[in-house]
Amino acid sequence: MSLLTVENLTVKFYTRNGVTTAVDDVSFSVDKGQILGIVGESGSGKSVSCYSLLGLIPSPPGQVESGTAVFEGQDLLSLSEEQLRDIRGDDIAMIFQDPMTCLNPYLTIGEQLIEPLIYHRGKTRAQAKIRAIELMEETGINRAAERFNAYPHEFSGGMRQRVMIAMALITEPKLLIADEPTTALDVTIQAEILQLVSDLQKNHELGVIFISHDLAVVQNLADHVVVMKSGKVVESGITKNIFESPQHNYTQTLLAAVPNGAKSGADSEQSSSILSVENLTTSFIDRDSGQRFKAVDDVSFKIKQNEILGLVGESGSGKSTIGRSILKLVKAQSGKVIFDQQNLLALNAKQMRPIRRRMQMIFQDPYASLNPRMTVYDALAEPLLYHQICTKDNVQARVLELMDDVGLARRAVKKYPHEFSGGQRQRIAIGRAIATKPELIIADEPVSALDVTIQKQVLDLLMDLVEKHNLSMLFVSHDLSVVRSLCDRVMVLQRGKLVELGNTEQLWQQPKEQYTQDLIAAIPQLR
Amino acid sequence: MSQIDSIKDAEQGTSLWVDAWVRLKKNKLAVMGLIIVLSLIFISLITPWIAPYGYEEQNLDLGATPPSLAHWFGTDEFGRDLLTRVMYGGRVSLAVGVIATSVALLIGVAWGTIAGYVGGRTDIVMMRIVDALYALPFIIFIILLMVVFGRSLLLLFLAIGAVEWLTMARIVRGQVLSIRNQEFIEAARSMGLSTPHILWKHVVPNSLGPIIVYATLTVPQVMLLEAFLSFLGLGIQPPQSSWGLLISAGAEVMEDSPWLLVFPGLALSITLFALNFLGDGLRDALDPKASKD
Repeated sequence: MSLLTVENLTVKFYTRNGVTTAVDDVSFSVDKGQILGIVGESGSGKSVSCYSLLGLIPSPPGQVESGTAVFEGQDLLSLSEEQLRDIRGDDIAMIFQDPMTCLNPYLTIGEQLIEPLIYHRGKTRAQAKIRAIELMEETGINRAAERFNAYPHEFSGGMRQRVMIAMALITEPKLLIADEPTTALDVTIQAEILQLVSDLQKNHELGVIFISHDLAVVQNLADHVVVMKSGKVVESGITKNIFESPQHNYTQTLLAAVPNGAKSGADSEQSSSILSVENLTTSFIDRDSGQRFKAVDDVSFKIKQNEILGLVGESGSGKSTIGRSILKLVKAQSGKVIFDQQNLLALNAKQMRPIRRRMQMIFQDPYASLNPRMTVYDALAEPLLYHQICTKDNVQARVLELMDDVGLARRAVKKYPHEFSGGQRQRIAIGRAIATKPELIIADEPVSALDVTIQKQVLDLLMDLVEKHNLSMLFVSHDLSVVRSLCDRVMVLQRGKLVELGNTEQLWQQPKEQYTQDLIAAIPQLR
Repeated sequence: MSQIDSIKDAEQGTSLWVDAWVRLKKNKLAVMGLIIVLSLIFISLITPWIAPYGYEEQNLDLGATPPSLAHWFGTDEFGRDLLTRVMYGGRVSLAVGVIATSVALLIGVAWGTIAGYVGGRTDIVMMRIVDALYALPFIIFIILLMVVFGRSLLLLFLAIGAVEWLTMARIVRGQVLSIRNQEFIEAARSMGLSTPHILWKHVVPNSLGPIIVYATLTVPQVMLLEAFLSFLGLGIQPPQSSWGLLISAGAEVMEDSPWLLVFPGLALSITLFALNFLGDGLRDALDPKASKD
């Protein structure tokens, strides 16, 4: 007897630009005490299919066209808004990707926790508080009684997600829908939260729908898996079967795109270094306390000719700040950045200008890193003309060449960024970065915002370009699997300090420091 | 099909401006506003050739007469044709609106962009100056100017412009602050582009939307201000006329010859409505996220 059975669900969005079928004839079911994983790339309809069951899609434009969703004998889709509200947050609870935006910043954690108990269960405040503190302890929030009166901003990201989970479980729901609950978290914290979800699910005999784009996470957690693409279920079944012998083409592509294994290729032991960073320290003033804190603390390393150096660390470890300090986008406090025998930190803006064309940056968010008012042509031609690498006469040919280099159709050169997909935009940004034929590229999480299949294509492109143009690269990322598949050497950063630096495979097989070991152990792996 | 050797053969993309234009065209009120504004501007431009009479042409025998076939809007107490005077008055009113807004635009955009982009101490000093000027009671400021320097059209433009740029500067600064922190500005800096180049090529084009909207909404504000000053007797000098002046004159004889108030009043109201509808439409078109549809 399954807890929730969804059959032939179709959801359409009626927008100005026509009708989009977001969910197309989707069926799945969850049993009591079972975890169902729904995987798919962005826009595959994995979230919409769950949200529409609870009446949580914006309507209009969204509308459930057909289908049934039987939960404990009643069809959710035929219930009135009021009846649904009684089920939401009571029998079916949800946790979301970003715990900060889901918590009311003006109410204490405790207040938000006991609200559903008072509202749905008619408990008194005192009873509700006892239950809330119990649950906070169960979800691993220490000093629960004390922190009952704390506000959301006083918690870290991982702790907030624990609060969200406690909040979801407080009414003892039968079904928990978790929408990318660990995507915004660091890898070590992700591991803890996943463990927590799995423990709670066993203890409470919960049915869980776990929505994620991360195949490794789903494989480790789910009993059954549904793979979605463009609103349709392409494949579903027992986790083991799906991952060991995927039937559908798309599932196979997805699995193949997951970065695993190490980079193969020659050692770059002998080559000389292109950039050396010595005792770099960058500090910022903390807004609240007014005190300086060191985002980067006495870090030294070298980037060798024609190598990809990975820089990994969790959020707030200062890894992005290192890249920005090298390019002088933020001001470093002390240390040296030596490039072509010059200390960049000692140069003024004018002296720096000729050097800037020799080192370029690729940013994380391709939606923000391109000027929305400029065509691709303008974006690519700008550095060429500005640095007088090309004249007005021969810039066209060079721009078209760049389009070939990054694998974009020449015909699209006069289009604007908003007419491209995320992956294509990142290609434009890469084209802009290599336009001036730089020697060094600093890539700050260049594939983190991309779906896994697109991610693979962009990584392949980066590898090709490094090879073809003899580039050196500093590759900043939080994703250790990506770093392992791409980088020759890796450095690990924690709270602004360099923890470990070594050849990628060596570091993977025999990490010397405890922190590196923890980090590697926490990576969800496809088996 | 796929390979081309010249960008001439490339597909033309749709810019955000074209997008906005498509959205604007769907808004009937805004299109109507645009048509009215454009025809008013056109009429104002060709007024000297199409006006039925001269604007100083008096006919004292006629006196104030109600609308007739010869004088569609009637005549005033000196027998001057009101239609002609409304047309000439519109020239002045529109000119004040457009020129004073341009003055405000020029100062406001430059001031706000620099304050917002440079930031830090420069920003603080520049914005405190704006705050201080805000605190001046501007009517008294304009009255003082008029009294000291005498009533001149040029001074009126400058005085109104000098008051209106303050809000413009604030709006622009807010825009620039949010754009400055976007990655594409950082990308431009890491490419080694100079600050003026970044401001001109990357910052200003992206803050234009709200600026255009605010400018369209400033024009009616300025026209109203001019009407108000003329009404007080501080604006345009007769025999030149503006809508404000005509309304002021019409109000005095409202009981005997109401048409002298009604027609200039209508002209001003219609223009203000048209500009406001156009401004609202532009805001929705340029910032689709802000409006629900």
